[in-house]
Amino acid sequence: MRHIISILIENEAGALSRVAGLFSARGYNIESLNVAITEDPSLSRMTLVTRGNEQIVEQIVKQLNKLIDVVKLVDLAESPHIERELMMVKIKTTSHTRTEIRSLTEIFRGKVLDVTATTYVVEMTGPSEKLDAFVAAIDPDTIIEVVRSGPTGISRGENGLCL
Amino acid sequence: METDRLDTYRQNMFIEVSVELSGAQILVQSLKDEGVEYIFGYPGGAVLHLYDAIFQQDAVKHILVRHEQGATHAADGYARATGKPGVVLVTSGPGATNAVTGIATAYMDSIPMVIISGQVPSPVIGSDAFQEVDMVGITRPCVKHNFLVKDVTKLAETVKKAFYVATTGRPGPVVVDIPKDITDPHIKVPYKYPKKVSMRSYHPAVNGDKEQIKKAVELLLAAQKPVIYSGGGVVLGEASKELTEFSQLLGFPVTNTLMGLGDYPATDKQFIGMLGMHGTYEANMAMHESDLIIALGARFDDRVTGKLDLFCPYAKIIHIDIDPASISKTVKVDVPIVGEVKNVLEQMIDLLKDHKAKPQKKALEAWWRQIDQWRSLQCLEFDRESTLIKPQFVIEQLYAVTKGDAYVTSDVGQHQMWAAQYYKFDKPRRWINSGGLGTMGFGLPAAIGVKLAFPDADVACVTGEASIQMCIQELSTALQYKTPIKIINLNNRYMGMVRQWQEFSYESRYSHSYMDTIPEFVKLAEAYGHVGMRVERPEDVREVLEAAFALKDRTVFVDIITDRTENVYPMIEAGKGHHDMKLRVATGTSTDRELA
Repeated sequence: MRHIISILIENEAGALSRVAGLFSARGYNIESLNVAITEDPSLSRMTLVTRGNEQIVEQIVKQLNKLIDVVKLVDLAESPHIERELMMVKIKTTSHTRTEIRSLTEIFRGKVLDVTATTYVVEMTGPSEKLDAFVAAIDPDTIIEVVRSGPTGISRGENGLCL
Repeated sequence: METDRLDTYRQNMFIEVSVELSGAQILVQSLKDEGVEYIFGYPGGAVLHLYDAIFQQDAVKHILVRHEQGATHAADGYARATGKPGVVLVTSGPGATNAVTGIATAYMDSIPMVIISGQVPSPVIGSDAFQEVDMVGITRPCVKHNFLVKDVTKLAETVKKAFYVATTGRPGPVVVDIPKDITDPHIKVPYKYPKKVSMRSYHPAVNGDKEQIKKAVELLLAAQKPVIYSGGGVVLGEASKELTEFSQLLGFPVTNTLMGLGDYPATDKQFIGMLGMHGTYEANMAMHESDLIIALGARFDDRVTGKLDLFCPYAKIIHIDIDPASISKTVKVDVPIVGEVKNVLEQMIDLLKDHKAKPQKKALEAWWRQIDQWRSLQCLEFDRESTLIKPQFVIEQLYAVTKGDAYVTSDVGQHQMWAAQYYKFDKPRRWINSGGLGTMGFGLPAAIGVKLAFPDADVACVTGEASIQMCIQELSTALQYKTPIKIINLNNRYMGMVRQWQEFSYESRYSHSYMDTIPEFVKLAEAYGHVGMRVERPEDVREVLEAAFALKDRTVFVDIITDRTENVYPMIEAGKGHHDMKLRVATGTSTDRELA
């Protein structure tokens, strides 16, 4: 099963490598990982997507908690939450395809960020499946590159992952 | 001159408020304030400022080893015997990497240690400078935590944190990597050693959950075929007394892991021996047939469980551990309790005493009858008529000569298993071995660390001719610091455990498990300034051991030529369950056995 583990971690050099090292040393799988500073500059927030059976994910959570730099963590998949991923796609365009790509982008509530004579850069945010669907809807031969942030998430309601 | 005067002026100015010290002085003063007695180390470029500060004081005694691996094992031995953290000081680069084996050894057995490593000066970090290695990166997977000190004003606090993390919760080694510029004698800052530190991201559990403890007690009182399975956590958690009281209150059989030997007195009738791969028949059979296992400070290691699918098929499991990650890691447990084992045992004892129900008397009597039947197999018996020296016999004699009260360190292999099986440890912290990592070369330096802590105690290092050569250079350290230990070398001219596996699993193809050029250990010991003795006949073993231990102020190397064909029994081979043990063949002893 897919799990989204959200981690508050000390914003210190090497903290990221402790998390990444743990996953490789214990043979856990990372589907995506993103990290950035929070409103408190001493803390970073990391969102990690992993897959595994219940026992493996329980171990992942325990092992992460054991890292001294990890302040708190939560498995977002366990309760109602919102998930978003950012994607940018660079697409080869011709005068024939431009309209189609623009309308497709609109349908997916994306934006054309950059335009050159032969390309578009489309920006899109949403759940990962929506981004998958957009990529699938475009002729693969026209895709120059795809950049995705990996999902990040937040729980619904008043509870939050904070100190 | 001008700056000197300025410094003196500054010092006088601040004397009321705080002392101003250099980074090097701060480190040494912090160790002093932490109550550190010994540091085990080896100097080098990146730690020269530190060594200069050490030179100018004598509160913290420095033990100069001959190789950094020896420093870590000696500090480790000191920590295991005393319960206090072991402290190591090494230089950057090769000094740091040489220490890694010892750090990993401590990590696997959860031993509290603080390792100070020098680092190249901050401005050149990352430039592949001379003797530069990414110590924080290299040790990350084998430490509880590590720090790179970037600011001299944070040094004292970092040292305090290192000791705090190393010694609390599930203990472990902590590395503090200090760039050379941080210890610069010319840069002085106010010094104050924090009395306490707290870390928002680190809160080790103390008390077990009350409801879970109650649930466990109910299960204990209902058990028909219970087994108490205790490990190194009981030693580390200083809970041996509580475990003994708890076990005797219930009247349950007790088995210890390799790391837990001494948790419960081995000479007591409720002790059924070590369990696992080379555990006793009765302990492993009891685990297999049990209906309730209570695991205390043990981690269901693969050498204990054997094949997981076959592990304790009929038992409910209660698991008490300070590390939540140890619970249900390999074996799913029914009642997990996270907390300090001492604290949880105290609560259980109170509940048991107040409880109106008592343990199942009838069922326990039947259980003990069954266990005694397994015991009657005498799985540890060996050929006592042999004309060759049996290693088991040597350990029995060592036990007799030291009256069962020695600190016994060991290396890794057959001799380690024999020491564990035949030396009956009645007290915790007496059996000192590398259980988790299985580090050959551990025994000799560890014995030096133990002897420094307990100068009046008998300290024996049980080893083999292969293991001892991995850190033999520490014989020199033993002479310099007058740590008279006794090295009991079970010399079978083979890497015995490797040979045993090759005999069982590789049709006796003894691939590189022997050496053609074993040194003359007696001469070697003498060359290092010690006493060497050699024994070749069983009838001389007792006398020579007595002579060796009578030399109170000398390190003695006792080279004992043992039966080279002897194997460790009983044995659970890989992929088998506890009930499927290989036992010593009753007839046709191995005495005159030719190895193919």
